[in-house]
Amino acid sequence: MSTVVLLSVTGLGLGALYFLVASGLSLIFGLMDVLNFAHGALLSIGAYATWWAASHSFGYPLALLFGTAVGTLASVALELGLIRPLYRRPREQVLATVGVGLAVPALLSAIWGADARTFPVPASLGGTFTLLGATVPVDRLVLIGAALVVLLALKAFLGRTRHGLVVRAGVEDRAMVTALGIDVRRAFTLVFAIGGAAAALAGGLAGLYFGSVDPTQGSSLLIFGFVVVVMGGLGSVSGAAVACVVVGLVQQFANYYSTAGLGDLSVVVLLAALLLVRPSGLTGRLA
Amino acid sequence: MTSSLLSVRGLKVVVGGRHILHGVDLDVAPVGVTALLGRNGAGKTTTVRGILGLVPRTGSVIYDGLETNGLTTHRIVQRGIGYVPEDRGIFASLTVAENLRLAERDPDPAYDLVHELFPELRQRARQAAGTLSGGQQQMVAIGRTLLNRSNRLVIADEPTKGLAPRVVTEVAVALERAAQAVPILLVEQNLALVRRLADHCAVLADGRTAHAGPAAELLADADKSRTLLGVGRRADTAPAPVAPAAPATGGDH
Ligand SMILES: Nc1ncnc2c1ncn2[C@@H]1O[C@H](COP(=O)(O)OP(=O)(O)OP(=O)(O)O)[C@@H](O)[C@H]1O
Ligand SMILES: [Mg+2]
Repeated sequence: MSTVVLLSVTGLGLGALYFLVASGLSLIFGLMDVLNFAHGALLSIGAYATWWAASHSFGYPLALLFGTAVGTLASVALELGLIRPLYRRPREQVLATVGVGLAVPALLSAIWGADARTFPVPASLGGTFTLLGATVPVDRLVLIGAALVVLLALKAFLGRTRHGLVVRAGVEDRAMVTALGIDVRRAFTLVFAIGGAAAALAGGLAGLYFGSVDPTQGSSLLIFGFVVVVMGGLGSVSGAAVACVVVGLVQQFANYYSTAGLGDLSVVVLLAALLLVRPSGLTGRLA
Repeated sequence: MTSSLLSVRGLKVVVGGRHILHGVDLDVAPVGVTALLGRNGAGKTTTVRGILGLVPRTGSVIYDGLETNGLTTHRIVQRGIGYVPEDRGIFASLTVAENLRLAERDPDPAYDLVHELFPELRQRARQAAGTLSGGQQQMVAIGRTLLNRSNRLVIADEPTKGLAPRVVTEVAVALERAAQAVPILLVEQNLALVRRLADHCAVLADGRTAHAGPAAELLADADKSRTLLGVGRRADTAPAPVAPAAPATGGDH
C-alpha cells in the first residue's frame, strides 16, 4: 500500500512537470500552429536561472520567481525576434525553434559544463512526510501544488479575460479573429510569455525534484511534454491536465513493476493506442 | 460615382499559382446597398477577401479615401468594417455571448439593436455557437457587425445562403434595417432579395467585372441578367420572393 501511495504521489509530481511544459506547448501550437521545439530550452533557462539565484543565497521562492521571470523574457524575445519575422514561413519557423532548442543546451554546457550541477534544495523542502503509511518527499507536493495553481490561473485567464477569449477564438480560426479587427499577433506574444513562464517554472521545480540541473533536462522533459500535448488534444489545456496525470502515473508504475525504462516505452504505447482510438486526443477542444 | 466609400480598381488575386481575379473594378456607394453578383465561382468571395486583405492581392483598394493595400486585415477592419463571411465565421466552441463580445469594438455596443432584431440570441446567450442552427449562426454573424455603430461599411457574403425561408426573411429585415444606418456591400444570389435591397450592383464573371450599374435596371433586363447571372427563368417574374439559389458547396474557406 505504501509503495502504491509513493508511486502515485511521485507520478503526480512528475505529471505536474509535464503539465507545466505541455500547457504552453499546447496553447502555442493551438493558436499559432508552431511546434515549439525551443520549449525545452526555455525550461533549461528557467532551471539554470533558478539554480544560479538559489546558489547566490536568494532563497528558493525568490530564486524560482527569478528563474520564471528570466524564462518568460527569453520566451518573449524568442517570439518577437525569431517567430514573428518568419510568420508566413512555417517551415523556417519550426527550424528556428529546433535551432534554439539545440543552441541553448550547448550554450549552457559551455558556460557551466555538461555535468549536472547540484541544486541547493532548502531544508524545508528536502524533508519527507507520512501519507497513508508511506514516506513521501515534500517536493512532490510543491510540484503538484504549482501545477494546480497554474492550471487554475490558465483556466481563469482563458475563461474570464478578453485576452483569453481572443486566444480561444484564435485557436479555432485565426483569420476570422483578424477579420474582427483584432491584432492576433499580440495574442501570439502573450501565449509565448505564458508558455515560457510555465516552462521556466517547470525548470526551477525540476531542479528541486531531481536535486540537480543539467543541460539535457529540458529536452527529455520536452519529449513527454509533446506526448501529453498530443494525448490531450492540441490546443486543449484541460486535455493536457488529464493526460499529464495519466502519463506520470503510467510511467511510474510501469517503471517500478517492470524493468526500469519500460515505463517510458509504455507511455509511447499508450499514446499510440489512444491515437488509434481517438485521433484528436482526449478532448480535441480548448479550455 | 466619384464619392465612393470603397473603390476597387484592377484587383488581382493569385492563390496557389492560380489566377483567380484578373482585374475587378467595384464601387460601393456611401449609402444604401451595393450588390456584388455573379455565377458560382465568378470570384465574389475572393474579391471580398481581397478587399479585407485576407488573401494577398495587387491593385488598388481605396476605402474611405485611404489606400488599404499593404495594411493588415485587422487595421483595415478597425477603420470601421463589419464582415459576414460566406462560411459565417462563427467560433463553434465559444458561446453566443462570447462570439458577440469578441466582436465588440465600440465602447457602447448596440446590444439593444441586435437583440431586437434577433431575440433568439439573447435566449441562447450561453449556448455554444457550434450547436446553433445555420440560421441562428447567421444571426450571430450579422449581429456581430451590427454591434459596432462605428462601422461605416458592412460586407456580407451570401448571408442567406442555405437558410430556411423564414430565416431568410428575418435576415433580410435585419439587413434592410442595417442599411438605413450603414452602407452594405452585399454578395447575394437571391435576386428577389437583391431587388428588394440593392440600389447599385456590379456583376463579376471569370474574375473580372462584367457589368456595373443600377440594380433595378439589370434585373429588369431579362436577357442581360440571364447572360450575366445565368438565372434559369426571367428574373423579373421570379415568384418566390425568398427562394434561395441552389446551395453552393465547396469553395468555402
Ligand atoms: N484558395 C483557393 N485555392 C484555389 N482556388 C480557389 C481558392 N479560392 C477560390 N478559388 C477558386 O476561385 C474561383 C472563384 O472563387 P470564389 O469563391 O471567389 O467564387 P464565388 O463567386 O464566391 O463563388 P460562389 O458563388 O460559389 O460562392 C473558383 O473557381 C474557386 O474554385
Ligand atoms: Mg462565394
